[in-house]
Amino acid sequence: MAQPEVEIVETDVLILGGGMAGCGAAFEAAYWAKAKGLRVVMVEKGAIERSGAVAMGLSAINLYLGMRWNQNKPEDFVHYVRNDLMGLSREDLVYDIGRHVDSSVHLFEEWGLPIFKNPDGTYKREGRWQIMIHGESYKPIVAEAAKTAVGEGNVLERIFAVRLLLDAKDPSKIAGAVGFSVRDHKIYVFKAKAVIVSAGGATGVFRPHSHWEGLGRIWYAPWNTGSAYSMMIQAGAKMTQMEHRLVVARFKDGYGPVGMWFLLFKAVLKNAKGELVEKKWADLLKEWTPYGTTVPIPTPLRNHQMLVDFRAGGAPFYLTTDEALQRMFQEVQNDPKKVREIEADAWEDFLDMTMSQALIWAADNIDPAKAPTEVVLTEPYLMGSHASATGAWVSGPEDVAPPEYFWGYNRMTTVKGLFAAGDGVGGSSHKFSSGSFTEGRLAGKAAVAYILDDGATPNIDNDRVEGIRAELCKPFENYETGKSASTKDDINPNYLYPKMALHRLQKIMDEYVAGQGSQYITTEAMLLKGLDRLTVFKEDLQKLAARDLHDLLRCWEVWDRTWCAEAHIRHLLFRTETRWPGYYYRADYPKLDDENWKCFVNSRYDASTGEWQLEKVPFLSNVP
Amino acid sequence: MPTYVDPNKCDGCRGLARTACMYICPNDLMIYDANLGKAFNKEHGLAFNQEPDLCWECFSCVKACPQGAISMRGYADVVPLGATLTPMRGTDSIMWTAKYRDGRVKRFKFPIRTTAWGSIDPFKDFPEASLDALKSQLLYGEPKWLMVEQLPAGAKN
Repeated sequence: MAQPEVEIVETDVLILGGGMAGCGAAFEAAYWAKAKGLRVVMVEKGAIERSGAVAMGLSAINLYLGMRWNQNKPEDFVHYVRNDLMGLSREDLVYDIGRHVDSSVHLFEEWGLPIFKNPDGTYKREGRWQIMIHGESYKPIVAEAAKTAVGEGNVLERIFAVRLLLDAKDPSKIAGAVGFSVRDHKIYVFKAKAVIVSAGGATGVFRPHSHWEGLGRIWYAPWNTGSAYSMMIQAGAKMTQMEHRLVVARFKDGYGPVGMWFLLFKAVLKNAKGELVEKKWADLLKEWTPYGTTVPIPTPLRNHQMLVDFRAGGAPFYLTTDEALQRMFQEVQNDPKKVREIEADAWEDFLDMTMSQALIWAADNIDPAKAPTEVVLTEPYLMGSHASATGAWVSGPEDVAPPEYFWGYNRMTTVKGLFAAGDGVGGSSHKFSSGSFTEGRLAGKAAVAYILDDGATPNIDNDRVEGIRAELCKPFENYETGKSASTKDDINPNYLYPKMALHRLQKIMDEYVAGQGSQYITTEAMLLKGLDRLTVFKEDLQKLAARDLHDLLRCWEVWDRTWCAEAHIRHLLFRTETRWPGYYYRADYPKLDDENWKCFVNSRYDASTGEWQLEKVPFLSNVP
Repeated sequence: MPTYVDPNKCDGCRGLARTACMYICPNDLMIYDANLGKAFNKEHGLAFNQEPDLCWECFSCVKACPQGAISMRGYADVVPLGATLTPMRGTDSIMWTAKYRDGRVKRFKFPIRTTAWGSIDPFKDFPEASLDALKSQLLYGEPKWLMVEQLPAGAKN
């Protein structure tokens, strides 16, 4: 393939990733940028109308405090999050999300998102933090606001950002990014004074339950390939809690949501013998005091109870949709109109956000009012927005953060001018869609403040850009130079297609790094073996081959996932305890060890030496 | 549950600058092939899903297709054949029809938006940002949009 054309885009604020966090960043940055005529550009590998984890829609907004109705205070949110994370959260960041998130949700409603209401006008809640929405068009609505705010010409779609650029004269500062178009043979070089990484967390690092046609039907969006982490790691930003991960109980094979069933419909999890899993293993929770004995039970410990029951012969597990619906039907005296409404709510929960689960009900001839539905644990995901806290180590807000956690600008990473939001921010979990959008807004405003204080024109190192260009196109070369060795293009000794590389990565991670196929169990010896396999794998990734731009996209997505995998393994090796049973077990250190490990684990990759440095960072609580 | 395209309904989005499915697919799966029509005796090209095993079954293309040519088939390594799930998305609501493997049919209709598409005026209440407020903790439109008197200020450590 010929040399790609290079297009240079100059902007003040550059936003990488147009999901919920990116749209929040674009919206807020555009507002503050306007007064000084600063340019805000958002780059997205898909089309922002349906991109990111909310592309498909959602049936609930999982974070809304309801401060205007005195339902919750930001402190309450901090209490909930820190316990769900088994004690370790950046309370300053969590508090900050909590105090702002309601304003984002109110804007969503103003823009046209339908929210379920109670007769008194309050939002209908699914649980303490969750409100119910008719969210099929949640993302298109939010995207419309973001696009209108920055101006259509400043949203660049179908461009995959792969590398951040540091300033040629001051490498402690950001200067831009490089990406490529997946529609035209073209490289984009972005020069920017501030960059916000709002790209996605990582799916597909671990082998999922289905791995042929069902490979993509995982719980989190398969296009979230971990580029948030990969780009920031390679730029030398400090990362935190990369050993953390998310494993959730979901309806089997479709990964439909269970929150509404548990919280609103009061369905329960029973094993094959009809025993209540939570009750049967209640005593287990005491081993994880104080977190296990606090209500609600932390997400990993609920998984832990299922896994223990699995080994005790309890599987399969079922969510009692039948009992819950029958009880609700009786409560309305089987009034056909009301029964129909309840049934519609039950189905909408899937049809707004996980349609496959509805299709599975239909394909398996399951009437949820007459039969329970099977539940399993997912494979692990690396993400910072749900009940897990991997991501960049960022500054907190000035008025809340302890001095150790504050360095000038809210949500700025340890690289000057590089900000993060959503899945990309570590230690600040349970943001979900509304909190990610809100965190994008916080980063967007802070990025403009940084530019007005600093304001220097970024210096791009042209040799570095040329090096990245050559590297990005290498998979085309590998294909062209290697293809004549075989009569069949996918069996060739000279190169590797990205799909096989993906399967190879997933096999390593599943077997050595506590995947679902290994019952989420690992040890130092297994992790070292996994790291060894990964090192050889990385050598072979130099031989990735691409026939077209779609292949090229997949090649660099595999690289993203591989960076995430390596960070994950190194962090898992470092933390010698089991803090989140049900997410993973260090079988060689099976207990929680608050005395030595109630701290964050931060890492930094040094691109000049290829070395990783890991360190313990004190956990500071600032919400009583 | 990958998507598939009915060659008798897909018209390759003739007359449009780009095919709707290719434009919208979040995972770069739907692709237009100018030559594919020949196999089906069509003069125009057709779209197809080029990597079904990375399809999240998000239905974005199904909803976006102006011809209703795209459907979802349960993923073959797991899901029994014979069921269908079909959306009809309008401007303010969506209708779903679920057909069971055993022939039962369920229909649902849900609202999707309360305002007109394209009507968002993002900064209408506070059109001008005051740079004096740039260092404050308030985001656009706060505290008005918080609907409480003031932004809570945390106790510093």
